[in-house]
Amino acid sequence: MIRRVFIVNAALVATLIMGVACGQQVPINAAGATFPYPMYSKWFDEYHKKFPQIPINYASIGSGGGIAQVTAGTVDFGASDGPMTDMQMKQFQDKRGSAILHFPTVLGADVPTYNIPGVATALNFTPEALAGIFLGKITKWDDPELTKANPGVKLPSSNIVVVHRSDGSGTTYVWVDYLCKVSKAWEIKVGRGTSVNWPVGLGGKGNEGVSGSIQQTANSIGYVELIYAVQNKMTYGKVKNASGEFIQASLASVTAAAAGIPMPDDFRISITNAPGKGVYPISSFTWLLIPSKIADPTKKKAIKDFLAWMLADGQKMTEALSYAPLPRAVVAKEVKAIDKIQ
Amino acid sequence: MAASSTTNFSARPSGRASTFWQRLRSGDDIAYVVTLTCALTILAITALLVFELYKNSAVPRHQFGWSFLVTTTWDPVAGQFGALPFIYGTVVTSALALLMAIPLGVGAAIFLAELAPMRISNALTFLIELLAAVPSVIFGLLGIFVLVPALVSIEPAIRSVLGWTPLFSGPFYGVSIFSAGVVLTVMIIPFIISISREVILAVPAEQRDGALALGATKWETTWNVVIPFAKKGIMGSIFLALARSLGETMAVTMVIGNEPKIHQSLFAPGYSIAAVIANEFAEATGDLYLGALIELGLVLFGLTIIINGLARVLVLTTTKKGAI
Repeated sequence: MIRRVFIVNAALVATLIMGVACGQQVPINAAGATFPYPMYSKWFDEYHKKFPQIPINYASIGSGGGIAQVTAGTVDFGASDGPMTDMQMKQFQDKRGSAILHFPTVLGADVPTYNIPGVATALNFTPEALAGIFLGKITKWDDPELTKANPGVKLPSSNIVVVHRSDGSGTTYVWVDYLCKVSKAWEIKVGRGTSVNWPVGLGGKGNEGVSGSIQQTANSIGYVELIYAVQNKMTYGKVKNASGEFIQASLASVTAAAAGIPMPDDFRISITNAPGKGVYPISSFTWLLIPSKIADPTKKKAIKDFLAWMLADGQKMTEALSYAPLPRAVVAKEVKAIDKIQ
Repeated sequence: MAASSTTNFSARPSGRASTFWQRLRSGDDIAYVVTLTCALTILAITALLVFELYKNSAVPRHQFGWSFLVTTTWDPVAGQFGALPFIYGTVVTSALALLMAIPLGVGAAIFLAELAPMRISNALTFLIELLAAVPSVIFGLLGIFVLVPALVSIEPAIRSVLGWTPLFSGPFYGVSIFSAGVVLTVMIIPFIISISREVILAVPAEQRDGALALGATKWETTWNVVIPFAKKGIMGSIFLALARSLGETMAVTMVIGNEPKIHQSLFAPGYSIAAVIANEFAEATGDLYLGALIELGLVLFGLTIIINGLARVLVLTTTKKGAI
């Protein structure tokens, strides 16, 4: 159904070349989310070093593309920053005659980042403040909603310039998913999606576009991925969680968000605004999308082995790349779920 | 000029009636078939492109009809799609770019071809052609990190001169329709200069000598004889520049602000067709959303044809003695 023919072709050509170059190898093709790409490429590379007969090619074309391609069967598995919707699951079932399984791999988070001349501290943001700013209802930095949460910080009486992502992205999905949970007005007026109809603000392309616009526009605010903010040493704010604490995003507070929530059997769960102490509320899983029936026995074994390795050795590599590892309970549950692949 | 270069098969010095084989061996027919195939390929690619765009945009075309072109809401969550803000942004940024690039580009081409010493002219032309080869993402990044801050600093000056018009009112965040126009100007100037210079250089020396012999000054010769002679070619360079600016994606999306709204002010953010396709296609799901993006491609195609057609009509009605 999707016209990403050129990508499919590229994948096919890559498969052919790999096939010709190394006859006995089992090349596995995957495509999807861009956010976990640095982690995945490290994992696939390490795994290939360990098992030279299993190269995994990953095309980071975006979550939407990953879902579309795994549904069309042009890749062996997909990857997405957002869980598939019920309708997408049904489409997969109708098309392929079997179900699709979600396997969480790592965790990510979105952080509010801003540029207010004279303010260098990490500001506190209440959910009401974030929703108000992004709805265009809070327009000045010295709005009571902001000053109340930031005693001792002198906020200017300037207009707030909102910056958001212009490209469809999982980062945006997590951000607006959070806003939907904390603000009825947002849920009704804007809703959830990888691209939405923003009430206010400028659009920047990619994390770099957003951070570039923020750096150059005084009194601006936007959101970027935690990893991007950490690597570029950006100032980012604390967000009030469901327990009423102002929490700064860190690997620990993001993992805590995943630990506090009961995990459903299909692993499709949003952990924004998760309950619990020390939880950073704008966090999310990212998933591998794996068909429950894999016809080719060598591929099936290779994918199952990779999952087991990713959940054990793979998780130890996450923190070096600033990704938050999965909580232990989730790992244990996933290890059991590997058997569902037949 | 044009008549002398016309291909003429019968002009070959061959007394005998040539058989098919002889003609084939002489190469003319082979050349004819090969070049015809090349020309038809272009036609086929274009037709296929339009067909694919048309076919794949069936869902939104049926759902929205012509209102797609005139409505302004772009809401992927609610499934509401209107193309007007993107059409507006595309047309206005390109118009701005041409407005700035034509005088600069043609002026520079006249200097390089007519007035500058040949060595300087060649050196400068080399640099200009290098500029044409810079990837657009580089222009975009330079746009965000260099041009936008520079525009913010000179904005009060622009406003003090032009601020009385509604076109330069409202707050300025750096990224805007105006910034996109400036980046596009820089990107299309090399095309105008490079091609216009070649065309002006190709004007026969006799034309200049004749004018000078009649007592015209150097500038009168350039302006009244050389430029009219080269007019068609210069127009050609402008078409190419226009096509480039209408379809430019990366550089525009980085500086235009990506807000699908129509504002009166050029200092306000906007959006262009190519930019929204590049931004949203990768993550778009569902036939309606994808179809709407593909339909935007169809709209851009139509827009290019209409604008180029209008420009061509303009040229035909104003040009009488153009030759190159």
